[in-house]
Amino acid sequence: MSSELRYTANTQLEHLHARYTGTGHADITKYDWITHQHRDTYASIVGHAPLLSYLALADGEATGRVKFEMTEKMLQPCGPPPKKEED
Amino acid sequence: MSSPERHELQSYTAPKDVLDEFAAMAEEEDIDPFAETALKRQILQRGSDYQRKGAERAMERGNEAVRADPFAQGQEGEDTAGYRDAMRLQMLEREEERVRRAIAEKERKEKEEGKQAQEEDKTPPAELLALMRGGDKTPPRAGEAMDLDRTPPKAQVSGATTRRKRRWDLKDDEETAVESDSTAVNTGEWSDKALEEAAPPKKKRSRWDETPAEEKDVKLEEAAPAAAAAPPPKRSRWDQTPAGMPAPTAAGGLAQIIMPNYHALSEDKNNRYMSDEELDVLLPPSGYVIVTPPPGYERVAPPKNMSTPLGGFQIQEEGSAATAAIAAALGPEAPTEIPGVGNLAFFKPEDATYFSKILKEEDETEMTVEELKERKIMRLLLKIKNGTPPVRKTALRQITDKAREFGAGPLFDKILPLLMERTLEDQERHLLVKVIDRVLYKLDDLVRPYVHKILVVIEPLLIDEDYYARVEGREIISNLSKAAGLAHMISTMRPDIDHVDEYVRNTTARAFSVVASALGIPSLLPFLRAVCRSKKSWQARHTGIRIVQQIAIMMGCAVLPHLRNLVDCVAHGLEDDQQKVRTMTALALAALAEAAAPYGIESFDNVLKPLWIGIRQHRGKGLAAFLKAIGFIIPLMDPEYASYYTKEVTVILIREFQSSDEEMKKIVLKVVKQCAATEGVTPAYIKHDILPEFFKAFWVRRMALDKRNFKQVVETTVELAQKAGVSEIVGRIVNDLKDDSEPYRKMVMETITQVVAKLGASDIDEKLEEKLIDGIIYAFQEQTTEDQIMLDGFGTVVNALGVRVKKYLTQIVSTVLWRLNNKSAKVRQQAADLTTRLAVVIKQCGEDALLSKLGLVLFEQLGEEYPDTLGSIIAAEGAIANVVGMTHMNPPVKDLLPRMTPILRNRHEKVQEASINLIGRIADRGAEFVPAREWMRICFELLDLLKAHKKGIRRAAVNSFGYIAKSLGPQDVLQVLLTNLRVQERQSRVCSTVAIAIVAETCGPFTCIPAILNEYRTAELNVRTGCLKALSFVFEYVGPQSAFYVDSVVTMLEDALTDRDLVHRQTASTIVKHLALGVAGLGCEDSMMHLMNLVWPNCFETSPHVIGAVMDAIEAMRVSLGPGILLSYTLQGLFHPARKVREVYWRIYNALYLGAEDSMVPFYPDLSDLSDKRNTYDRHALQMFL
Repeated sequence: MSSELRYTANTQLEHLHARYTGTGHADITKYDWITHQHRDTYASIVGHAPLLSYLALADGEATGRVKFEMTEKMLQPCGPPPKKEED
Repeated sequence: MSSPERHELQSYTAPKDVLDEFAAMAEEEDIDPFAETALKRQILQRGSDYQRKGAERAMERGNEAVRADPFAQGQEGEDTAGYRDAMRLQMLEREEERVRRAIAEKERKEKEEGKQAQEEDKTPPAELLALMRGGDKTPPRAGEAMDLDRTPPKAQVSGATTRRKRRWDLKDDEETAVESDSTAVNTGEWSDKALEEAAPPKKKRSRWDETPAEEKDVKLEEAAPAAAAAPPPKRSRWDQTPAGMPAPTAAGGLAQIIMPNYHALSEDKNNRYMSDEELDVLLPPSGYVIVTPPPGYERVAPPKNMSTPLGGFQIQEEGSAATAAIAAALGPEAPTEIPGVGNLAFFKPEDATYFSKILKEEDETEMTVEELKERKIMRLLLKIKNGTPPVRKTALRQITDKAREFGAGPLFDKILPLLMERTLEDQERHLLVKVIDRVLYKLDDLVRPYVHKILVVIEPLLIDEDYYARVEGREIISNLSKAAGLAHMISTMRPDIDHVDEYVRNTTARAFSVVASALGIPSLLPFLRAVCRSKKSWQARHTGIRIVQQIAIMMGCAVLPHLRNLVDCVAHGLEDDQQKVRTMTALALAALAEAAAPYGIESFDNVLKPLWIGIRQHRGKGLAAFLKAIGFIIPLMDPEYASYYTKEVTVILIREFQSSDEEMKKIVLKVVKQCAATEGVTPAYIKHDILPEFFKAFWVRRMALDKRNFKQVVETTVELAQKAGVSEIVGRIVNDLKDDSEPYRKMVMETITQVVAKLGASDIDEKLEEKLIDGIIYAFQEQTTEDQIMLDGFGTVVNALGVRVKKYLTQIVSTVLWRLNNKSAKVRQQAADLTTRLAVVIKQCGEDALLSKLGLVLFEQLGEEYPDTLGSIIAAEGAIANVVGMTHMNPPVKDLLPRMTPILRNRHEKVQEASINLIGRIADRGAEFVPAREWMRICFELLDLLKAHKKGIRRAAVNSFGYIAKSLGPQDVLQVLLTNLRVQERQSRVCSTVAIAIVAETCGPFTCIPAILNEYRTAELNVRTGCLKALSFVFEYVGPQSAFYVDSVVTMLEDALTDRDLVHRQTASTIVKHLALGVAGLGCEDSMMHLMNLVWPNCFETSPHVIGAVMDAIEAMRVSLGPGILLSYTLQGLFHPARKVREVYWRIYNALYLGAEDSMVPFYPDLSDLSDKRNTYDRHALQMFL
């Protein structure tokens, strides 16, 4: 954060944001950001019953199964995190 | 040494009248008229004896070695002391105290014997005399000095002696200053010998041996032993270099002592010493010899050549006594500009001692890094402590940022001594404490070695009388304990728990309670348990129990989860051997019960029995504490238990009603109140068993004299009335309304007021009613001091009685009318105030004739010259107008309002408020009775009220504009307000904008917006900003209606959002925010999109208000445009190569995300192209089709 803003109300805004999962910051990796997007997507589908039944219909699966699978996938929706570059 | 001996000592002086004469002479010169107020500002001077004593103690303790940090790795400090050392030191201290006491005891005995000897033989032996004078024979000199300064100066000796003493003190400082100042002339007739001759005979001199300044020396040594030079060998004052003294006159004796304030002269360039060079020029080369100093003359440290801005005044390297003396002589004309620091708000002489190093200009290239760092810290601290607010702010930021770089040691070495300065003032302390707080946060565990030193300085804040100081102290200690950790805090404070000094134990207990609240009670419990059971010393147990008490007081109901543990911790203390421990335990239980109320009775099961036995066994203070505990526990009990215990305890309470001890009285009252409030106690019991004794013991005139007793008695009686009923209590005291003593009448009135307000007057029968009204009228008329009690009482009782007062109204109103014409302004004011309170009831009783009579009399009184009274009269007129209504008002509104117009010009706040309320009401309800011209006149007057300090007045004025505009039509009012945007004062402009918005709201936005847009075209910046602000308020007030006006204001907003001026863009952003929120879902997306494009580039602004407004506007856009569009804007910069850009965009993204997380899901971009072997970034779920 730029130093001018450090002592103003915006600090609190920043802190407030950081307390929630899914928010990002200037140094976030694409993996982290996209993972959050995926989780949000799954959460949204699981949360909206019509959407869920639509997907169940398209998949030919029971809604319960689709729901379960989506919840499971939320663990690592885009696969394992990329290896850290050696520094 | 105690004071009686000093009395004896003082009898060896010159006759009193001579001394007084000198005193008067001395007084004529150099008195600082502000000295008194300066003293009052000093925290130490203001505090109680206890606090002062504590401060002394803190100064002693502050000098101990830095403690080791046992948790730090690989730190084997040579000069740091560990826990063991602290404990050993503490034991030594205790031993020292014991020895000191023994010595004092011995001396006392010897003295007594000596007295006997004296009686036998009129001339006592010389040593004995010396001893009695408190001379140097007394062994512990430091201790003696301590004793001296522990005695508060006021309490020392009364009257003239004290004053005289102080003056000598002063004189001495000046002299010392002069000594070190002067080296040029040190010979000649001023030599030792000459003075010796001039000096008074030996016998008289002995009194002056005790130079008061030496006391100061000793004190200072205590404060800084490292720096202190050995106290100078004892010399008579007359031996010292007496430069600048006038020739000894024939008056002899004490005459020479009164010298001109030499130092002040030396500051003046016309009056300073001549230098050797100057003398060489002036005097012929031959015929003069420089005289050698006489043997035995000691030159005071030669002054170095100084380039300080202080001009001829020197600061020594170390903080020795001499420096302090110089500094003291420096006086108020100290420098306010220091090299490298810049301008300061003030500079106290004491500061010179601490900041001596930076007062000089030094060659910084030769300094080591450490020295440079030290100077840097000092500069920053000086800026923070003495600087102007902007200077202070930047310095504070710098010191915070660099805290870890500076390190804990150098920082605290500089900060802590400053905090221990005697002359510290509130503001300075606040700032320094703030520095510690900020620095602590940064230093974190680096602070460990300094924990004790910080505590020593901060603990006294916990018992400060100032609430904010206490809060600050708590804050620091809580941060400290979070930084240092529980284990370290305990090991640091453990030695102080059984410290000999009660003050230290007290503050330590409070500090511990803060630690408990910061780190949680459970973590501290094992320690508390151990301390409360300590076998080693009762002090430790006492402190442990006090910690529990403090925890309860501080944390309130947060103790509930740990209540049983805490009670068990202290329970055994009720049966302790030490009386003090038992008392403290009872107090702790009382605090716990108070904090836990109304829950947690089961936790107290174990202590009920001992408490019960206790109140039968104890007497005096112990009993008071036990009663207090019982009193707080009873309300927690079930009704039947409560009633049983109340009956049991009442016997003792009634016995203690007679007690003469003030503390006991208070506690008894409190307990009675608590018992009466419990459910199980029956009204009959209270009436028969408690009331008779209670009234006999507490309803006496004496109780009304002390304010705290007064309050307690009233509270308790009101509580009893809840059970016993109104007539029972009021009947008992109503006759006392005619008592001779005014305070007592007040106590009666206050009680009646509260009882009637709580329980109503339906219980009062006709006879009592008559007595009551009669008594109240009497008490009201007889009051001599002005306060609210009688007035409130009258109002409350009359309002409670309602229509029943009808038969007394004629009498009351005639009293009021008569008093409205009284000579005294206060009486008139009270009468008017009473009218205000009575108006509603008079109307209720249907006595409209009386009201109109009152109204007319008040109208005639509007020429009142005392503003307070005038305010009350206007308020009374307003109250009448309120109940009568505008149509029936007498005098008619059309006469009343023109009379008010000139009064609006009155500058007095009360008058302003009362008149604006009256006018606002007339404008609201009866505007049609007054011609439009009059209203316009009032509009102009109202503009002045917009400058008022009180917010209520400004708000009332702004609202009045709305009412007036409603009745007159907006055009003229709007014109007045728009013109007012051109004035200089910001506050007036801001209020005008609000008024414009209110007019727009009441008369419809279409009446105002064109005018505002037109006004915006004015070339004046203030006017344009004002127009923008007004629009912002308009759109805020009208909400969804703004949909009709969006297109009209878009062009203006385009202009404002592309203006160079920051404030323009800020205000325009605010307008956009209100617009966007107002029109969300109303189909204005096209204009909103346009505005969004104009707002967006402002997101890189850094000024806090601007960026705040812009962020708000963007968030509002999310609501009206939908998160998808906003997301596509944001995506542009989330991974921008420039960090500054990324930061801003992520902030917007986060705000967006938190506002509309779910609805963003469909709008996330398809990132499947980024997939690699390891990760797939496709969102398959969204790619399904049916």
